[in-house]
Amino acid sequence: MTAKIEAKNLVKIYGENTDKALELFNQGLSRSEIIQETGLTVGVAGVNFEIAEGEIFVIIGLSGSGKSTLLRCINGLLMPTSGSLLVDGKAVEELNEEQLRKLRGEEISMVFQHFALLPNRTITDNVAFGLELRGVPYEERRERAQKALISVGLEEWKDKLPDELSGGMKQRVGLARALVMESGILLMDEPFGALDALIRAEMQEELVSLQREIKKTVVFVTHDLDEALRLGDRIAIMRDGAIEQIGTADEILSEPANDYVDRFIQGVDVSKILDARSISKWPRELVRDTESASVALHRMKKADTDYLFVLGPRYKLVGLVMKEDLLPLAQKREKSFTDVIKEANTVSADTIMRDVYSELRSAEKDLAVVDENGRFLGVITHSVLLMTLDERKGGDGIAES
Amino acid sequence: MVLPSLELPKLPLGDAIEWFVRWLIKNLSVIFDFVSDVLSAVSGALSDGLLWVHPVILIIIFSIIIWLITNKLTAILSAIGLALVWNMGLWPELVDTLVLVVVGVAIALVIGIPTGILMTRSRKLEGFMRPILDFMQTMPPFVYLIPAAMLFGIGVVPGLFATVIFAIPPPVRLTYLGITQVPLEMKEMSIAFGANDRQVLRKVELPLALPSIMAGVNQCIMLGISMVVIASMIGARGLGEVVLYSLSRLDLSLGFESGLAIVILAMVLDRMSRNVGSGKQTPLSRLIEKYNNYRKQKKEENKEEIEQAA
Ligand SMILES: Nc1ncnc2c1ncn2[C@@H]1O[C@H](COP(=O)(O)OP(=O)(O)OP(=O)(O)O)[C@@H](O)[C@H]1O
Ligand SMILES: [Mg+2]
Repeated sequence: MTAKIEAKNLVKIYGENTDKALELFNQGLSRSEIIQETGLTVGVAGVNFEIAEGEIFVIIGLSGSGKSTLLRCINGLLMPTSGSLLVDGKAVEELNEEQLRKLRGEEISMVFQHFALLPNRTITDNVAFGLELRGVPYEERRERAQKALISVGLEEWKDKLPDELSGGMKQRVGLARALVMESGILLMDEPFGALDALIRAEMQEELVSLQREIKKTVVFVTHDLDEALRLGDRIAIMRDGAIEQIGTADEILSEPANDYVDRFIQGVDVSKILDARSISKWPRELVRDTESASVALHRMKKADTDYLFVLGPRYKLVGLVMKEDLLPLAQKREKSFTDVIKEANTVSADTIMRDVYSELRSAEKDLAVVDENGRFLGVITHSVLLMTLDERKGGDGIAES
Repeated sequence: MVLPSLELPKLPLGDAIEWFVRWLIKNLSVIFDFVSDVLSAVSGALSDGLLWVHPVILIIIFSIIIWLITNKLTAILSAIGLALVWNMGLWPELVDTLVLVVVGVAIALVIGIPTGILMTRSRKLEGFMRPILDFMQTMPPFVYLIPAAMLFGIGVVPGLFATVIFAIPPPVRLTYLGITQVPLEMKEMSIAFGANDRQVLRKVELPLALPSIMAGVNQCIMLGISMVVIASMIGARGLGEVVLYSLSRLDLSLGFESGLAIVILAMVLDRMSRNVGSGKQTPLSRLIEKYNNYRKQKKEENKEEIEQAA
């Protein structure tokens, strides 16, 4: 079987007169030497890979490592300076304008980091944008757009403008806009990079379950290693335009190809994480028990969540409040919400990982971490599951999760 | 101190320009005559048509249009202002001036907006146009009157010519600015979804640049009005002519009235062109929305009927 997407010695140098830079590159000069010599940036420095149909292929690397550049070579937004990029066995750089447009309109769709929704169009018209360019009749494209919106859970927002949506919802629209094209390849450039941790974990989960149905070939760019390990069937680690290692999460964690990769994955080396405290994070929003119900609701809206932890004097954890309990209070203009505070699931700061994991599995909500005096130290979200899973199974089984 | 006079001949810059304009007249007069005939016919027909309608009816029609694209208060104030001009006996002059401004602005926009768009497509054109626009905006507008009169004679057409040159820079610049300010990610998105050049322009760049372009239209109209008095120096009819006449007679009362009429026209046109494209709700947008809702409802009813019948 041929690969869905294949890169052969792909080089992309930014700038106009790239001949000299390319020659220097072929002589083996480094990226920084080429910049000094010619002033041109080598975005992608001789990359080879094959992506199979239906695979989620994650590209990860530090900022400036060439992830976006590589991604944009796949749909011909950027043309290779040398080497070749094949989609379904056809070289993208050899297509003419018309064929290229067809490839973009029918074979490949893209999701953007900052959503790129058109502010003057309703959600439906944004989702239908690609179909409109393709010339699909008005009624049909609206119908299809609305179906796509249902699949991402936003049908009620179809007539709103993008500015009225939260970040997570906007990216769902971006996803629907790509899905409605029914193309085989999905390119995603840090799609969840602009979202906060909680929404991000939720979206990752959604993408995984969606992928089970749609089975697209996904190329996913991120600089978050947890995200890469969680989503990727295979992962490519980039550095200075080159790929340092390609492999499954398991392969990369257990057999890092070189020192760079080794250092890169230190971040998730869970054996070094000892207790609940070290993996806790400060939540986006909290509420004090002396504040009012409407303030609590406002913060929930800001943090896009249904519940908040409640703190008393000196950061003591009191419990948590749920949105559904606050709404009637706010309607009755009641100030205090102390009567509806519920008990929160807590773990103490020195709980070991294994116990945190089982605790988290049985809990619906985030865990609050408290010290011996009951003081609030932070929360552990479900996105941490992944790392603990890795530890429990001794390094395998991430790709299936 | 006396400056030492340099024994250099003066560069014949002015002479060169004069020679160029004379060359134009001699060799291309057919074109200029044709343009002149068309424009004076069009403006004449417009003025005659508008004057044929009774002022009261015209004021009502204008007010309804203003109400549709702005709001009730603006419409009422505009109606009062226009009625005041009629009452001062300056109605025919107002119509002549309106035609001069509207035709001049229309020409300026038809040339200016595409030029602005082309400038975003070509670095060279942008570099070429930038000093020309500076020149057009800073050259005292009286100076345009000379070649205008030489090329087109006396009357409304040279007035139009001077108006167009004076009013064209803002739409060019603001169209260029609006399009270059469209976020790169938006353009990239549309190309990634298979848009061709025309679609990128029509579906992404122009809609997102619309507020800026409309600001250019608004400024174009304002500059057009500010040329009214100057244009009448070479024979354009209208309120400007009355202002000049009262200046020559030192007739303060007539001067004030005709000046006030220009101010009223300027304010009406400004309020009209300011709201368009800003996305604000207007009676017109509400009407369109209502109509769309009505159509949707009708369609759903139809669907139900068909389902019931089946
Ligand atoms: N249009 C451009 N012109 C010139 N150089 C560019 C251009 N776009 C990117 N580069 C350079 O190419 C290199 C790779 O950029 P790229 O955007 O692919 O990195 P990235 O891995 O996506 O980084 P990030 O995580 O910040 O998005 C960088 O050094 C960048 O400065
Ligand atoms: Mg990037």
